Amino acid sequence: MSARSEQSKHLRERLNNELKRVSLDHCVKCTLCEQYCPVYPVTELFTGPKFVGPQAERYRDGDSVDHSVDYCSSCGTCTVVCPQGVKVAEINSLARAVMKVEHGMPIRDRLITETTIMGKMMTPVAPIANAVLGNSLARGVMERVVGVDRKAPMPTARSQTLHGWLRSRPKPTNKPTRGPVVFFHGCAGGYFEVDAAKKSIEVLEHIGFKVLVPKQGCCGLAHQSNGLFDRATDQVRALVTQLRSAGTDLTIVSSAGSCGGMLRHEAHEILGLDDPELLDVGTRTRDISEFLMELHDAGELPTDFKRIDLRLPYHQPCQVRSQGIGMPAADLLRLIPGIEVVESGAICCGIAGTYGLKKEKYEIAQAVGKGLFDMVAATNQGVVACDTETCRWQIEKSTGVRTVHPVVLVHQAYGLS
Amino acid sequence: MKSLEADVVVIGGGSTGVGVVRDAAMRGYRAVLLERADLGQGTTARFHGLLHSGGRYVVSDPQSATECAEENAIVKRIQADAVEATGGFFVVTPGDDPGFADKFLAGAAATGVPAREIPVAEALRREPLLNPGILRAIEVEDGSVDGWQLVWGAARSAQAYGAEVLTYHKVVGIEREGDRVSAVLARDVKKGEDVRIDCGFVLNCAGPWAGQVAAFAGLHDVNVVAGRGIMVAMNHRLVNTVINRCVYPTDGDILVPVHTVSIIGTTDVKEDDPDVLAIPRAEVQQMLDAGEKLVPTFRNARALHAWAGARPLIKDDRVAATDTRHMSRGMAVLDHASRDGLKGMLTIGGGKLTTYRLMAEHIVDAMCDQLGDTERKCRTADEPVPGSESRKLYQVTHRLAEVEEERLTDPVICECELLRRSVLVKTMKEQPNATLDDIRRQTRLGMGPCQGGFCSTRAAGIAVAEKVVDAERATGLLRLFLKNRWIGLWPILAGDQVRQTALDHWIIQGIYDVEHLPQPEQEVVL
Repeated sequence: MSARSEQSKHLRERLNNELKRVSLDHCVKCTLCEQYCPVYPVTELFTGPKFVGPQAERYRDGDSVDHSVDYCSSCGTCTVVCPQGVKVAEINSLARAVMKVEHGMPIRDRLITETTIMGKMMTPVAPIANAVLGNSLARGVMERVVGVDRKAPMPTARSQTLHGWLRSRPKPTNKPTRGPVVFFHGCAGGYFEVDAAKKSIEVLEHIGFKVLVPKQGCCGLAHQSNGLFDRATDQVRALVTQLRSAGTDLTIVSSAGSCGGMLRHEAHEILGLDDPELLDVGTRTRDISEFLMELHDAGELPTDFKRIDLRLPYHQPCQVRSQGIGMPAADLLRLIPGIEVVESGAICCGIAGTYGLKKEKYEIAQAVGKGLFDMVAATNQGVVACDTETCRWQIEKSTGVRTVHPVVLVHQAYGLS
Repeated sequence: MKSLEADVVVIGGGSTGVGVVRDAAMRGYRAVLLERADLGQGTTARFHGLLHSGGRYVVSDPQSATECAEENAIVKRIQADAVEATGGFFVVTPGDDPGFADKFLAGAAATGVPAREIPVAEALRREPLLNPGILRAIEVEDGSVDGWQLVWGAARSAQAYGAEVLTYHKVVGIEREGDRVSAVLARDVKKGEDVRIDCGFVLNCAGPWAGQVAAFAGLHDVNVVAGRGIMVAMNHRLVNTVINRCVYPTDGDILVPVHTVSIIGTTDVKEDDPDVLAIPRAEVQQMLDAGEKLVPTFRNARALHAWAGARPLIKDDRVAATDTRHMSRGMAVLDHASRDGLKGMLTIGGGKLTTYRLMAEHIVDAMCDQLGDTERKCRTADEPVPGSESRKLYQVTHRLAEVEEERLTDPVICECELLRRSVLVKTMKEQPNATLDDIRRQTRLGMGPCQGGFCSTRAAGIAVAEKVVDAERATGLLRLFLKNRWIGLWPILAGDQVRQTALDHWIIQGIYDVEHLPQPEQEVVL
């Protein structure tokens, strides 16, 4: 047996062992997942979540034959909306992983998922990297050779990483009054979206927390949604060890919207990992808005916010919604006097991590996001809020409107910027 | 009255009958098959879907074991498109006698049934849901087989050799001239027309109904006992390998992955009337318990549908000694010439679907003997039937691959069974008098989780849009289809299937208001 088929067999065994395959029994074909799927209505190339999930799964044994499962963007909405408890997205994800093992993986999917490596390489040469990514000739080459669409949003490299800043900044002057929390910034927060990460730390410190920022790598979500399960597994396990190194009973506060979800449920439900350490980290992880709203609900969040007069479109990313935490960022932003939060009501911006970067999916991703982009255009006053990095790049690239993490506005309202 | 002439009339369109008509036609006889309903509607497809390796009989019935092993290989060769080579395990479950496995291995060696013991860990690795407490595991060459695909394949082969296959033709009389059979009278129940077929020979392959057929020839003591067994299909393949309990044959000892479902069965209860087969709830529970022994999460899985079939067991003390060469433990040929003094008529009973071809060979050999046609040898074991020429065995992924290929051009009508519109329309147009159940048996329309809740109305609408039927008949067909689905639904209703049935009910009664669609003059029954 070849290494490939051995590997795909191993993945199938993992699928069979899990409760999610059994969950297909609950499907009554109601089509709610199709109604909410952001991809299904915009392209006939995708047969839809009901089809690739509970229906097709009944036919899967041996060869992977339904390659169109790869048109699923892994937004996870189907599982969220299913009233019968079918783990639609989880079933799809595994089917895709098996398919990629059996039929090979485009080199592109291996490259664009290596966010930490990208960050490490680009930071020292940030101006050059940004110039290259902004250069249409270079992007044309990249599209042809690698398969990343020339119009797709790309991260902006920063000349200083988050950890570089942490090392060089003056020590915080106020004394912690509330004890320590662990801060999880994700790889984007470490290298590209450094501003949101910095401001999260400053907000937490401002309200009295001692913020521990252990060295941390990627959570593996991008690998997982591209079907690279082994790499994703290695990464999330390494991250769990890193986060636990800062303390085994501390709350972990995350400014990386989607990556928090990886720790909280996806690594367990999609990768099928049951490590007690992972489950422990998942249980202790909170999205930063969720964390601040929990404090608020307990009467412990200072609300001495400065007024910001702003009509603010807010988009909750699909992978934050699937964490089942309500919409804490919108609730939090509404505490700031003067901010009128307009919820996007959109299911997905289209990018879904790395989906919208791929040349064969770029147009689909744009079509998925169209409703959101129109809404932003109609309501914005110069800024949009959104919890997840790639979604912010997608919205900013597609609308031209500055898109920030909600904590950036909280930072401003506390008078920190 | 329509008149036909034939050398031989075969009565019964189950696996035996189509096997016989194919065999007779391949030997050059002008053959006509009469079936009172649709092919494979009686006993044939009301089964597990198991293509026996022979393992089940290595201890209890060695001759059947050998026959099964040989026929298993032949059916795979000639009807590849109906067979999936799933492989099978015989497992000793906790509480079973581990020593039986030794008898099993010895029996397998003696009967020529391929079998090898594998480590329990390997069995569990290959079938993760299998009871982790199993003590031993033996691998065999079981497969699963689609009974309808099998009979239609054989029927098409027979037609290619000039045979006539007449479904919905009910036998109403068998005429004799002196001590010979001379004609069979039948009624075409769809057209309401009488048919007379002059013939020299009648082969009674009516299974549990063989006694009723013999009575038309004045033979009132052909005693066929109907042994009723129920089966329950679970919503998905809990296993991809046939799982047998390694014990002396008993109730609920086999779990078969066939198409997208897994089927547990069966029971064995004597019935007086093969047309009235109950699916008692107690037996359903017994099957679910039996499933738990093999797969401990069985009762959490979703039961989809249940059915009952009748085994035809011939009890006859007067089988002449001269007939024994045509008999084996599993099957019996009655020669009415030596038994009752009526020439030109044979009855066959017993047997199993796996050995259907061999049964046909036996009875046609017996006919040739009586006719003195000893030169005409059986040729059915090597030539593939139409549709199986590639000799590529069926795989559960086939329809998914086809839909993947055609997904932009050919909409899926039955989502659960991935039935494409083009296939549905083609089948409807080939058989414009068909009911939706007839279509179902050939296409699997409505056999999946929603049991027709979504696709039956689509199919009825397409039948009208394609001008196969008018709106009134479509209403009748739809109602008949839903009524028939219900027979197999109510005995297993629990859990997920209750939710499904409720949703189906809202759709059918609420959205489509099926009681008030254009009414046929008379409720459609055929």
